[in-house]
Amino acid sequence: MKQIITHYGYSDASGEYYVVIDTAKCDGCAECIKQCPKAALELVTLLVDLEDKVVAAVSEDHRKKIKYTCSLCKPEKNQTPCMTACSQKAIRCVWNPI
Amino acid sequence: MKVVQEGKKEYWRWQEYQKILSSKNWEKSDIITAGVDVGSVGSKAVVMINGEVYSWSVTRTGSNSPDSAKKAIGWAMEGTGLELDDFKYIVGTGYGRVNVPMANKAVTEIACHAKGANHIWGPTVRTILDVGGQDIKAIRCDQTGRVTSFLMNDKCAAGTGRGMEVFADLLQIPIEDIGEVSLRVDEEPEPVSCTCVAFAKTEAMGLLRKGWSKEKVLAAYTRAMAIRMCALLKRVGIEKDFVITGGQSKNIGVVTRIEKILGIERLSMPNWRGGGLDPMIAGALGAAIIAKALYERTK
Repeated sequence: MKQIITHYGYSDASGEYYVVIDTAKCDGCAECIKQCPKAALELVTLLVDLEDKVVAAVSEDHRKKIKYTCSLCKPEKNQTPCMTACSQKAIRCVWNPI
Repeated sequence: MKVVQEGKKEYWRWQEYQKILSSKNWEKSDIITAGVDVGSVGSKAVVMINGEVYSWSVTRTGSNSPDSAKKAIGWAMEGTGLELDDFKYIVGTGYGRVNVPMANKAVTEIACHAKGANHIWGPTVRTILDVGGQDIKAIRCDQTGRVTSFLMNDKCAAGTGRGMEVFADLLQIPIEDIGEVSLRVDEEPEPVSCTCVAFAKTEAMGLLRKGWSKEKVLAAYTRAMAIRMCALLKRVGIEKDFVITGGQSKNIGVVTRIEKILGIERLSMPNWRGGGLDPMIAGALGAAIIAKALYERTK
């Protein structure tokens, strides 16, 4: 399967922060969802080559406030709960402050 | 008491419309599909006959998604003789996709926009910037319109259609003219610093009080938005050909500034008032294309 990488986050004067999910790697196990202290993730159904694929995504409720939702874990860089929970290494939190 | 009678004008109010491509006709045996894209500000519906666009509508989203979806598809069908029963498959997409009552399936906008852009501009499209009513998406795709990378920004209304509506009202400039007016400055002012539309409005009022012209304020706001959109595009990477979809594709002030910052020109806007397709319908169009593919797979 070819990749679809989804990014949810922001770029502004403070830098950029994105929750990046490689939906080809994500197997929909939902471990990241269980580990997220802010319940900011959910499973969504993507249509990939006309087939449904269930993958993790930032939940609709949190997509417009990631800056605040993710501020707790942001300094942990590569050790955020969602990242360490993912056995497929499908989810990353990318933070590049200016 | 004597009150001053004011003429109330709604500067933000953009034109809803319906279009039927008259060169085509339909029969019951045709594969008739539709895509309904219920966005936060606009609801769009596209009717396809055997994979070709037949009619579409661009309407304002109301306070509830099911009614907005009904209105959009109702307008798209008006005067065509089509009834809901004639559709083989309908796909709902957009912000309100799960509340499209007549849809056979809801598909996330991730898949739909690129398919639509691929249909409007052809297989050379690689990067799509969709500036919708309340969010901005940056999408990379291959020659078949298949998405490889998708980005959604977390900011609320600033720099989107809704933000422009707010500024149209504040500055009392009809929304259709806002892009052109923002270009009427001798040199570009510093962009406004606020990324929240409510604060940007306050900042703009301060600038007006300082004696800035409407044009200059609008230029400062539009420039700030263009800079933000370009930052999003850099994250997914920009590869030619580049296109802009959504309502802001019609805002020449935003588009000109984006092109200048990126150093890349977008593929030109189709003549949507003539026989071309409106970039605002990209999501609904992609949904209608996917509807046809899903229908054919069920057979």
